[in-house]
Amino acid sequence: MAAMAALRALRLRLPRSPGPGPARRLSTAQEFPSPEEKPQFPGASADFADRLEFIQPNVISGIPVYRVMDRQGHIVNPAEDPQLPKELVLKLYKTMTLLNTMDRILYESQRQGRISFYMTNYGEEGTHVGSAAALDDTDLVFGQYRETGVLMYRGYPLDLFMAQCYGNASDTGKGRQMPVHYGCRDRHFVTISSPLATQIPQAVGAAYAIKRADANRAVICYFGEGAASEGDAHAGFNFAATLECPIIFFCRNNGYAISTPTSEQYRGDGIAARGPGYGLMSIRVDGNDVFAVYNATKEARRRAVAENQPFLIEAMTYRIGHHSTSDDSSAYRSVDEVNYWDKQDHPISRLRHYMLGRGWWDEQEEKGWRKSSRKMVMEAFEQAERKPKPSLQLLFSDVYQEMPPHLRRQRAALEQHLQHYGEHYPLEHFEK
Amino acid sequence: GKDRVFNTPLCEQGIVGFGIGVAVAGATAIAEIQFADYIFPAFDQIVNEAAKYRYRSGDLFNCGSLTIRAPWGCVGHGALYHSQSPEAFFAHCPGIKIVIPRSPLQAKGLLLSCIEDKNPCIFFEPKILYRAAVEQVPVEPYNIPLSQAEVLQTGSDVTLVAWGTQVHVIKEVAAMAQEKLGVSCEVIDLRTILPWDTETVCKSVVKTGRLLISHEAPLTGGFASEISSTVQEECFLNLEAPISRVCGYDTPFPHIFEPFYIPDKWKCY
Repeated sequence: MAAMAALRALRLRLPRSPGPGPARRLSTAQEFPSPEEKPQFPGASADFADRLEFIQPNVISGIPVYRVMDRQGHIVNPAEDPQLPKELVLKLYKTMTLLNTMDRILYESQRQGRISFYMTNYGEEGTHVGSAAALDDTDLVFGQYRETGVLMYRGYPLDLFMAQCYGNASDTGKGRQMPVHYGCRDRHFVTISSPLATQIPQAVGAAYAIKRADANRAVICYFGEGAASEGDAHAGFNFAATLECPIIFFCRNNGYAISTPTSEQYRGDGIAARGPGYGLMSIRVDGNDVFAVYNATKEARRRAVAENQPFLIEAMTYRIGHHSTSDDSSAYRSVDEVNYWDKQDHPISRLRHYMLGRGWWDEQEEKGWRKSSRKMVMEAFEQAERKPKPSLQLLFSDVYQEMPPHLRRQRAALEQHLQHYGEHYPLEHFEK
Repeated sequence: GKDRVFNTPLCEQGIVGFGIGVAVAGATAIAEIQFADYIFPAFDQIVNEAAKYRYRSGDLFNCGSLTIRAPWGCVGHGALYHSQSPEAFFAHCPGIKIVIPRSPLQAKGLLLSCIEDKNPCIFFEPKILYRAAVEQVPVEPYNIPLSQAEVLQTGSDVTLVAWGTQVHVIKEVAAMAQEKLGVSCEVIDLRTILPWDTETVCKSVVKTGRLLISHEAPLTGGFASEISSTVQEECFLNLEAPISRVCGYDTPFPHIFEPFYIPDKWKCY
């Protein structure tokens, strides 16, 4: 049909140059002007059409969802089985479950007034570990705020997760941000910031710099389907394609942006369908299938670096928990809906079924691990509670690399103020 | 080469966001916005991201090697969207530096300092000076320090403070005042708007007892208000007269009315 031909014509591109190198511009093979009856517009390289026909946005039969395992953890197509070794699969499972345990304890701690705020990752653990396992350790990660499992997979210790949430003196972020705004330079995880989608064009710039440095590193940029509506997302996709950056855009489509369901977030076929519009290689995957997430990320990473082009992965999943401790999602969705995903299609259960099937796990190991992982989390939690908060000096530093005179004066003013009115402030909790 | 100096898609939020990312990855980024009037789509990236990168990460990450450049100020016919001086919007944002040169010689030294500075900088370039200003500029690199105002001419009766194009206006005003009124003016080019050199300005006002600040940007909330407020706090007992601000009117920058809008030498005089 004319619509399909038009779409095929859109995909006609020159192949990209392999390996790092200067950005190449699209060059026309024919001389200008050409004697053929073809459009000569610089803006598009398609044929003429002489029948009026609008392209139908293909929402009904959209981009298919790539999966490796079914909901019972059986491999559907053996050719797609990544055949990950037992050690790696156990690490995937233990990371997801440890995250789940930490989430439960920290969510409760907010409810008890111990920390100010928290965001759980329930249901999306598969998107974190599946992708993290497919990257190189030094690949740079830009996240949004619901990717804690990526950092956990890379070995970020429980102590430091807790320290950040408590804002205590051990927090490498120096107590400046709300809980779950983690960052780790050594593990190449850029510090989280609250504004949505701002990380997207930044990740593209970082990928460009990394490309020029010829570093054999990729950048991965995570965001939700809600953040994908932001202008920064559009900017990032377009820049990545035109500037030929080695980046993976990883969209966690979890069905809700706080209370806004996807039906009110977009009318097209999700986020994956936007990719081709920008010239991005795109795929949609079952985000609750760790192996599918792994395979897609692995291949995207390999090609992004080898071919210097961006990839878009839309991982379909479900946000089982509330948006945050400030949300009560029973106000906008049914308990039945949430239970379906919790009980019938959960990344942790699906991987466990797979492991049980392989004889790599059993009830006893499960019990033992639940006990020991909970103990680890509780220990980290208790010692985080006991630690003091950072020194007040840290309120004023790092605004600039050097401390300017006016901040020195303001810091001195606070010190003076506290000398007279210190009793009205929680000074005893803070390091001197 | 084309991989170092290149076009991007037309998207200021993308340009600045991309520049931040380049800097975070450790490379030097110089992001150009075509006119300062178009910097606003990038406001979120500048204020919420670039300015706060180091602080919020506990110094684990920063985008200090980012410099944003944009043509700034009136040009004779620019009207609403090719004449703006938006420094006041950004002066309210801890974590960035704002620098405005008055001449080619100053521009080179200040720009190089911005590029080398380990904090994200916005460098506003008075566009009217692109073609109007001619100066002997050394070929080799040199730096002019940031956050240091320059006293162009010492005086005893009144301190005049401005930046960018307006420095040339107040220099003329100083000459007029000397010739026609016998008034001795101390002329200061602020150069860096944030963090600004309070010491030089206050020291001058302590000496003269009078201050006039002038900028093209609208009066209300303009950067002159910050200078005025700080000076009256620090130099209250030395002031002989209220601090005067001669600025653009509180209207969008008009086209045909530009000659009446701008704070010219007659208004300062």
